Amino acid sequence: MEKLTVEHVSKIYNTPNGSLLAVKDVSFTVEEGEFVVIVGNSGCGKTSLLNMIGGLEEKTEGSIRVSGQEVTGPGPDRGMVFQGYSLFPWLTVQKNVEFGLKMRGIDAKTRAETARKYVSLVGLEGFADTLPDALSGGMKQRAAIARTLANAPEILLMDEPFGALDAQTRIVMQELLARVSRETGSTVLFITHDIDEAILLGTRILVMSRRPGTVQKILPVSLPGKRDHTALTSPEFLALKREIMDLLWTEQVL
Amino acid sequence: MKTAAKPFNLTRSLPAISFLVIATAWCVITYGGLVGPLFVPSPTAVLEKIFSGLKDGSLLTHCWASTRRVMIGWFFSALAALPGGMLMARSKKFTALLQPLIEFVRYLPVVALVPLTILYLGIGETQKYMVIWLGTFFQLVLMVCDTVSSVDRNYLNAARTLGADRWQLYKEVIFPASLPGLLDDFRLTIGWAWTYLVVAEMVASSEGLGYIILKSQRFLATDTIFMGLILIGLIGLLTDFLLRMLTRLLVPWYKRLGDT
Ligand SMILES: Nc1ncnc2c1ncn2[C@@H]1O[C@H](COP(=O)(O)OP(=O)(O)OP(=O)(O)O)[C@@H](O)[C@H]1O
Ligand SMILES: [Mg+2]
Repeated sequence: MEKLTVEHVSKIYNTPNGSLLAVKDVSFTVEEGEFVVIVGNSGCGKTSLLNMIGGLEEKTEGSIRVSGQEVTGPGPDRGMVFQGYSLFPWLTVQKNVEFGLKMRGIDAKTRAETARKYVSLVGLEGFADTLPDALSGGMKQRAAIARTLANAPEILLMDEPFGALDAQTRIVMQELLARVSRETGSTVLFITHDIDEAILLGTRILVMSRRPGTVQKILPVSLPGKRDHTALTSPEFLALKREIMDLLWTEQVL
Repeated sequence: MKTAAKPFNLTRSLPAISFLVIATAWCVITYGGLVGPLFVPSPTAVLEKIFSGLKDGSLLTHCWASTRRVMIGWFFSALAALPGGMLMARSKKFTALLQPLIEFVRYLPVVALVPLTILYLGIGETQKYMVIWLGTFFQLVLMVCDTVSSVDRNYLNAARTLGADRWQLYKEVIFPASLPGLLDDFRLTIGWAWTYLVVAEMVASSEGLGYIILKSQRFLATDTIFMGLILIGLIGLLTDFLLRMLTRLLVPWYKRLGDT
């Protein structure tokens, strides 16, 4: 079943220096339970595209549908995890994770239970009553993921959630996300400019061109065996990485 | 087991030191006869004034009258500025409607408005509250607008994608996120409210610290003027302290540059 349908979507920003075409005629779909990764160079319009799907940004042209419903604004059916940290600093981890449930009028007891479940799912049991300020970068992002998951969105939209993390923490977080999305059966649309991350996490990879961002190619990922750090050096992995690099690099030379 | 003596904390002692220096300078120039008592009264003279005022209870009456005026006038300005500023921050139309007017009135000298307040409101307490209100509201509403506008967009976006509606956005995100800034705005404008006190008590009052300062001016009673000034400063210091405590209590998550 198609969870997300994006058809001929374009985005033009009106800036003081004239109009800027950031996203140009992008079409793709995400099936239920799929983990689609968008890769592309910095500034190619990935965030713009995701924000249009999230309903935070108006699209200039085209159609975006979630479970057949046209997107007109933000809603809890599309959970987002952002490029920067967006935890509410005045709320504890537990209260942050409860936030979406509270907004939707769920009673305090159910809310607390659900949130506790997701807090431990991302391995933050001991930190439920901690304020975000006292968490490390990786922990903050885990809390943000838990907050989004607890709201049970139909699709998870993630914008370079691990971009600010160091290499080791990144790997830990990638494995955690792979596990969590498998366990919860989530549909995910994930943005990164890290090709390794894209291959490790994705079931399909959408390669975007430089600005104006268009879909260059959509590649299925089929890796034998487990997708962990050992996969990083398998021949299949390297071949796919090479193909994506060529797509992203060749263009740069032109 | 002996507890170790607390290490000397310089940062904590500095406020005391600055007061001490001023007090010493005051003693030297007055007791040393460098300046006549007409210009600067001696500490003893001012203290005597304070004690006699405390004894007959008049001092407390004056302090209370002024504090009440400042608080009520300021309270109504905060009451109006809070929703006004929040709406301005979030609505372009509302801003377009009010901003020019507010900017205009903001520059009018409050002293010059006093005759009008008397004409419209008479010479009762309401007129005094109004003077304080006029002096603070137009500043505060712009400060509130500014504080609320600077709430991190990431918080708003996160909340909207988590399902917050318009009202919840105000209540659960915009308000808590701007609370530290709002408390700072409050602290600053309460200070300004005190500076309008003398203006408020200029006409038709029989009590208040501003009133006794104005009255003393006529008799060149410098010691009473000093007393009034010192008391206003002390009450201000106390208000400031209380609001800082309140800030710690209400927004413990908020870390300011320079906080330890
Ligand atoms: N609000 C905006 N107003 C004007 N131009 C914008 C706005 N947001 C983005 N742009 C422009 O659109 C283009 C795409 O930006 P976008 O943030 O979508 O890129 P990105 O692929 O997410 O980049 P990165 O990988 O660095 O995050 C950039 O050239 C950017 O300058
Ligand atoms: Mg981006």
